[in-house]
Amino acid sequence: MIASLPRAAWLRTATALYVAAFLIFLFVPLVIVATFAFNDAPYPAPPWRGFTLDWFTGNPASGRVGLFHDVALLGSNWTSVVVACWVTALSVAVGTANAFLMERYRFFCKGALSVLMLAPLVIPGVILGISILSLSSRIADLALAWFDVELDFLRPGLPLVVLGQFAYIATIATLMISARLKRFDRTLEEAALNLGASHAAVLYKVTFPYLRPALIGSAAISFLMSFENFNTTLMLVGADPPLTVMMYGRMREGATPVLNAVSLFLMLASALLALTLMRGGTRSAPGSPAAGA
Amino acid sequence: MNDALSQRIWQRRLMLTLLLAPALLWLFALIVLPHIDLALLSFRARSAPRHYQPSLSQYDTFFTEPLYWQIFVRTALLSALATVLTLLIAFPIAWVITKVAQGRASTLLFMVCLIPFWVSETVRTLGWLILLRQSGVLPALLVSLGITAQPVELLYHNATILTGLVYTSLLFMVVPLIGSLESLDNSLIEAAYDLGASGPAILRKIVVPHAAPGITAGCIVVFMLTLGNYLTPTLLGGKNSQWFTELIYTQFIVRFNWEQGAAFGFLLLALSTSMVALGLRVSGQRFVDVMRRS
Repeated sequence: MIASLPRAAWLRTATALYVAAFLIFLFVPLVIVATFAFNDAPYPAPPWRGFTLDWFTGNPASGRVGLFHDVALLGSNWTSVVVACWVTALSVAVGTANAFLMERYRFFCKGALSVLMLAPLVIPGVILGISILSLSSRIADLALAWFDVELDFLRPGLPLVVLGQFAYIATIATLMISARLKRFDRTLEEAALNLGASHAAVLYKVTFPYLRPALIGSAAISFLMSFENFNTTLMLVGADPPLTVMMYGRMREGATPVLNAVSLFLMLASALLALTLMRGGTRSAPGSPAAGA
Repeated sequence: MNDALSQRIWQRRLMLTLLLAPALLWLFALIVLPHIDLALLSFRARSAPRHYQPSLSQYDTFFTEPLYWQIFVRTALLSALATVLTLLIAFPIAWVITKVAQGRASTLLFMVCLIPFWVSETVRTLGWLILLRQSGVLPALLVSLGITAQPVELLYHNATILTGLVYTSLLFMVVPLIGSLESLDNSLIEAAYDLGASGPAILRKIVVPHAAPGITAGCIVVFMLTLGNYLTPTLLGGKNSQWFTELIYTQFIVRFNWEQGAAFGFLLLALSTSMVALGLRVSGQRFVDVMRRS
């Protein structure tokens, strides 16, 4: 029942209990991950054996390799950052162009193009990955057979990971930037033009400042989604895995709490990003982050 | 005057071309052509080394090998079940956020619900692994409470996979539900209540019909993501997960049988797309609107 109607006492209690249970369900896995980053034991499992910072600072000599000395893990983290930067730059640039295209121009088959732009959201990430893998391998094979050149960037590796992630993150950037451009009052641009501003000046001084929140928001979301992407990345990855793929590999083997340590940093980073964006944006703005897509 | 006009038209055409180029490049090079290639791949079979001929044998294998289609059906059913469970768990929360909690409490609750989903799925799954495995937190708790004598293995069950999938999907249900419940006018509920309608009747006759677009949008997105999920089923289900995406991965990356993997990929894509289309048809919505909503 809604707040303005009388509610029975049992219903109030039940509601409160339900919300509490729901929040426990949401947060228990995260709290557990964070807690066991500090457990003085070789595996992230109970019982609690005391507090230690070994899984952050331990060096190979002490027998426990902490996060700050785990070269492979730090390297894969850096790989993820580099990939995410490329994906962000590409997605925001193409997303901005798409927003202007869809909001300002009319052309042949515009409706079909707008549906096609949304298609990446309904393609499972695994299939997006294998389809790009199969096309790029075919092109690389043909190049080798016809021109005798080896196109390494078309073989599984970071360039393909960037393209695969960009393929669907571009849709999200497009939607976010279009949504803001749609609400823009075009009389502002006309006023500036009447007052003698050039088209470039209008774009630079009027339109882009207005779009800024959407550009920043979509950049942050693109970065986060790229950093956390797993499905598409797994299909396209080559010799140097990004962080999610490396963590997955170690989780299958039964990893040390160093994974908890790196997870703790990831949680802090995304919480910080989330709070910053939520403060800036409205409730519905950055709605859907991390997905399996 | 005429010259200036024609120059402006020319400029606008040039701009249109410049803006169309990246969009077309993106959509054709990374979406359309790869899928055409994947389709071609799935419709061929190797007759001799480096020789291929058109064939339906990949699809034939799928239908004649019981293991393959059983895993396909299993994945679809578990995804549907996960979707329903997600809806049942998310609906009361969306209701509390929009209709029961007031002002700041409502905003705060909403933000608190969102925060876990900004964290990578890998991290959340790690949490479930530590909680549920035989040497994990929950089995130890059960022993110390005297409920079980020995630590039990809570991983590798269907229920474990479902728990993980529901957990990952909640956000994608809560957000569209909130969107559709927010627009429901409270006075309608008050009026129904004053006229003597019971709680279940109000839910059935007023709330659900109004929230139907949000419910459909949430269900479509959750089903799609669950069906295509790889990380959660493989880690929480282990060897018992038998998830269809795992089959695709095995064919493509482990066995290097790309033709078979492509066929499996297309079957999954067909299921996913037809469920989206069905959902849209049932609720009479447009694809574009649903995607904007979620």
